[in-house]
Amino acid sequence: MATVSLKTLQKIYPNGFQAVHGADIEIADGEFIVLVGPSGCGKSTLLRMIAGLEEITSGDLLIGDRQVNDLDPADRDIAMVFQNYALYPHMTVYNNMAYGLRNRKISKENIDKSVREAASLLNLAEYLDRRPSQLSGGQRQRVAMGRAIVREPALFLFDEPLSNLDAKLRNQMRIEIRKLQRQLGTTSIYVTHDQVEAMTMADRIVVLNAGNIEQIGTPDEIYHRPASVFVASFMGAPAMNMMEGKLASGGIEIEGVGLLKSDHKLDANSNVSVGVRPEKVKLTTKANGITQPFIHDFTEELGAARLVHGRLGNKPFVVNLHQEDEVPQGELYATLSPDTLHIFDTETGKRLR
Amino acid sequence: MAVTDTFSTSPPSPAVTTKKRFRLKRETVVDHAILILGALFMLFPVVLTLMTSSYDNLAFARSGLQFGWSDQFLENYERAMFETSGFTGQIDGLSMLKNSLILGFGFAIGKIAISMLAAYAIVYFRFRFATLSFWIIFTTLLLPLEVRILPSYEVVQGLGMGNTYGGLIIPLIASATGTFFFRQFFRSVPEELVEAARIDGAGPVKFFIDILVPLSKTMIAALFIIMFVYGWNQYLWPTLITTDEGMFTLVRGIKNIIQSFTDSSSVPEFTVGFALTMITMLPPVLIVIFFQSWFVKGLTESDK
Repeated sequence: MATVSLKTLQKIYPNGFQAVHGADIEIADGEFIVLVGPSGCGKSTLLRMIAGLEEITSGDLLIGDRQVNDLDPADRDIAMVFQNYALYPHMTVYNNMAYGLRNRKISKENIDKSVREAASLLNLAEYLDRRPSQLSGGQRQRVAMGRAIVREPALFLFDEPLSNLDAKLRNQMRIEIRKLQRQLGTTSIYVTHDQVEAMTMADRIVVLNAGNIEQIGTPDEIYHRPASVFVASFMGAPAMNMMEGKLASGGIEIEGVGLLKSDHKLDANSNVSVGVRPEKVKLTTKANGITQPFIHDFTEELGAARLVHGRLGNKPFVVNLHQEDEVPQGELYATLSPDTLHIFDTETGKRLR
Repeated sequence: MAVTDTFSTSPPSPAVTTKKRFRLKRETVVDHAILILGALFMLFPVVLTLMTSSYDNLAFARSGLQFGWSDQFLENYERAMFETSGFTGQIDGLSMLKNSLILGFGFAIGKIAISMLAAYAIVYFRFRFATLSFWIIFTTLLLPLEVRILPSYEVVQGLGMGNTYGGLIIPLIASATGTFFFRQFFRSVPEELVEAARIDGAGPVKFFIDILVPLSKTMIAALFIIMFVYGWNQYLWPTLITTDEGMFTLVRGIKNIIQSFTDSSSVPEFTVGFALTMITMLPPVLIVIFFQSWFVKGLTESDK
């Protein structure tokens, strides 16, 4: 168990491609951090740098109080779970878990004790003599977890560990991993491209885009106060409605739509992007000061919710209604209350309000 | 009527099912006929040799190859194995068998070890000119022993390795084919396995021994079969490099035995030579049979 700090960590490949542009992250002891972003954003590279599988071009990496930049992966006191499990196919489950301990010259009795403890924790006790090829995907995933936990490392690293599983098993393993991590209290860094995993598992989320950190925050902060247009549109399904406009006094003027009321105290006339979460919008039949005419195109039934696709003026717009809320008949208006509007600078993409 | 009958009697009689199972298609019969004829054609000379080796030399000298069985079988094989021969009289079948086994195993094991290590270096270590060195190794396929036999002889003789097992084996064990096979195999091993092993604290040597060698065991078995038979059948190189009769292998000893017997007695001892031929054929056959079961098991278990 340890804190981890990344200080302006950079990765530049020999061909000149810069995969990570100075990452600064402070991770508290026992925290579960999720690195999320689209493919190619540098999240896996960052994780592999922490693991020691990729060299660090510049910056400092501290695990506990130790600078580990130039240490071998084996000496960093970490354990890693890979996307395709990377179990040793010719070894039994027992030997897969014991291999790392044997290489560390730990006594036979202690290895046996650790492996059996981990196996019972993960419900693998009856599979210890099997080969990985005789196990199901979920069980293999558990063996990979077991191999990580027997070592009692200071830091767990997960590289998209659930993406090879089917949807149902993924949900189940998501909960299992989170529970296990709480139970062991080991600091963890988890890489995924799946925003649901990120939102549900993380203590804090790090959103990456093209090698830059866009935002670090709790799932709540990331969702309700996205720091940039990228975060706002990446996190959340269905995605946030985004519109381009100009700041005016008392609101934002959007071409082809009209004035959205907002009590912002920002300088007028600069170009902004306005975002609003689909579930924050209500549909009514009565116009008032904060409504805009809504043209209804079609509705998607999702069971627990329904997605109403339509337009505000000429801009596509989605409203996410609760299952109890019917789409009203007749002329429709979308209620955009001022406090639900996210305002971003169009040029920098940064949040203004 | 027959149709209604089969429907009314619910449990099908065992006679019907057996009949169905053993119904042969015409293609199957033709296929098997061709295979059986081919096998007989290939085996015929071997059977003929085995039969002839049970006759005495006089019968062979009088009427050539023999069909049938005579009473000289054990005696011929005993003489082939234990009667000393040659100028110096210090070589018998048993010591030739020993030499051949040393050559066969040394050749096969040496080739596998060298080519595995070479492939390991090429695939897993980033060093300058890795690709170039691989292609240089690969082009040695164009230079088999027969092409470079004089310079090879010069070098080995110059090193004082004539008439030694080292001189017999070492010049033969560099193998481009083996290196190529192992390279292709190692490249198909997932990258994450190396990374997992690194995190588990396994260095390059440990990774090779604990992970790569066990994973390659089917490849090793397959190459071992091929290389052992290849090494066992070497004729030209042993003839050149071993002049001491104590170093003779079975393959070249057969001719020697017949020759020296011819010199020393009035009737050429061909049937003893036939007996030695049979003995010579046996070990490769055993190796193939033994390793094939292993090889098939490895393939069907699909470890990777």
